[in-house]
Amino acid sequence: MTHPQDPTGTPAAGTALVPVDELHTVLTAHLPPAARAWLDQALDEAAAHPGIHGPISVWELRLAEAGRRCGAGHADAARVLILHAARADLDALTRVYRQGTADERRAVLHALPHLVPGPDAVPLVEDALRTNDTRLLAAAAGPYAARHLAPHPWRHAVLKCLFTGVPVDSVADLARRSRGDAELARMLGDYAAERTAAGRPVPEDLHRVLTLTGTVPETAPEPETAPHGPVDPHGKES
Amino acid sequence: MRIFDPHIHMTSRTTDDYEAMYAAGVRAVVEPAFWLGQPRTSPASFLDYFDALIGWEPFRAAQYGIAHHCTIALNPKEANDPRCLPVLDELPRYLVKDRVVAVGEIGYDSMTPAEDTAVATQLQLAADHGLPALVHTPHRDKLAGLRRTLDVVRESALPMDRVLIDHLNETTVKEAKDSGCWLGFSVYPDTKMDEERMVAILRAHGTEKVLVNSAADWGRSDPLKTRKVGDLMLAEGFTEDDVDLVLWRNPVAFYGLSGRLDLDVAATDATHEGNSILRGGE
Repeated sequence: MTHPQDPTGTPAAGTALVPVDELHTVLTAHLPPAARAWLDQALDEAAAHPGIHGPISVWELRLAEAGRRCGAGHADAARVLILHAARADLDALTRVYRQGTADERRAVLHALPHLVPGPDAVPLVEDALRTNDTRLLAAAAGPYAARHLAPHPWRHAVLKCLFTGVPVDSVADLARRSRGDAELARMLGDYAAERTAAGRPVPEDLHRVLTLTGTVPETAPEPETAPHGPVDPHGKES
Repeated sequence: MRIFDPHIHMTSRTTDDYEAMYAAGVRAVVEPAFWLGQPRTSPASFLDYFDALIGWEPFRAAQYGIAHHCTIALNPKEANDPRCLPVLDELPRYLVKDRVVAVGEIGYDSMTPAEDTAVATQLQLAADHGLPALVHTPHRDKLAGLRRTLDVVRESALPMDRVLIDHLNETTVKEAKDSGCWLGFSVYPDTKMDEERMVAILRAHGTEKVLVNSAADWGRSDPLKTRKVGDLMLAEGFTEDDVDLVLWRNPVAFYGLSGRLDLDVAATDATHEGNSILRGGE
């Protein structure tokens, strides 16, 4: 290893939900001294020189190197804090996402609920949902999508999670958005029927979501046909 | 046997290869940006390729328990097409990324003035970004190419010990070693270098600063050549420590010069849902 590693990491899934101040406190408590000093300086720089400057802003450089400075397990949290300190607007977030590594793109997705009040960043979420990178899919299905994604793409996001093995726990606000969604129930029922016809097991998560819809589709599968848990994330729709 | 393949073009390989590589002991790879067989005609197609090297390909590798890093550059062949040259202006933003561990592969193909400029420009970029450089030697006119390569490296801001000269063979190894560079050998079926010749070179010139790679790509090549060299080294009397030096510690030391090596696949790629993404890597 050539940079700090903390096997525990800062919970990535929490970065979109935890208030920024709290995220800062938690991250700071976990970082070794050198990484903490680096982060403090990066946040100061970002706050002093926000916005886009030239081909690459100073805070964009810090965003790029956050993984090797803070360790992979803390990079998501560090990047969300840097984006917040730089007061990144939609243009800045879009540039960072488009020019980013998969890790930087994931951090942008986590940062959206903190930085973009309206639905303008939905195209970034839709871009991530078009990928088959399960890390991006899970981040794209977060609170920002729950708040702003239209019903049709949101249902496809849920279905894609099931297809690619991303646990539906990654889908923010799943219970509220699923409730009474007869179209989602139909899609889940059809998917279950397709799997059953192929002699393949139905993901347990499918039954969870189906139950949340509170709707029984015509093709509703029998719960006892689902003998196993969620398949592993693998990035291939199967 | 733990293996670090320091030069392999995984974009051109299948998941079967990843599985076989893991089974053979490969735990880390570096994928240098290179020519895709079909010449590109615009910077945009380079950018999509570079984005895959810092996005999709590390994800794919992690599924098979293999840590993936890359090197970024305009390759020598396409440096000759003026339509591609503007990609040089885009390189700096890639050279700051995590997991970009060198500038490469650069070097000579036909030894043209355009290639001179591209090599010199990119050696300077490596120096500016605190990165080492992966410099290949040309397939044709190799010894003259090596000498010209060493000259341009000597004239650059990059110290010799931050440069890996690749695709070496019997005729070029001595001059390369005397220069103080790291020494790369691409073991191919039939062509550049084979296992027996590789082991003979190791016996004659030692294991210090030597890296062995498969350079496997879209052409006839074998992603398990690194393992085959390790097996033959053992059969020919080298120790397990010798094998570990050549197939693991030397590539870790060279690419570690970047300060960006992260060989912990679990920490990098399983941050969301535990480590279930490492299916096949467990």
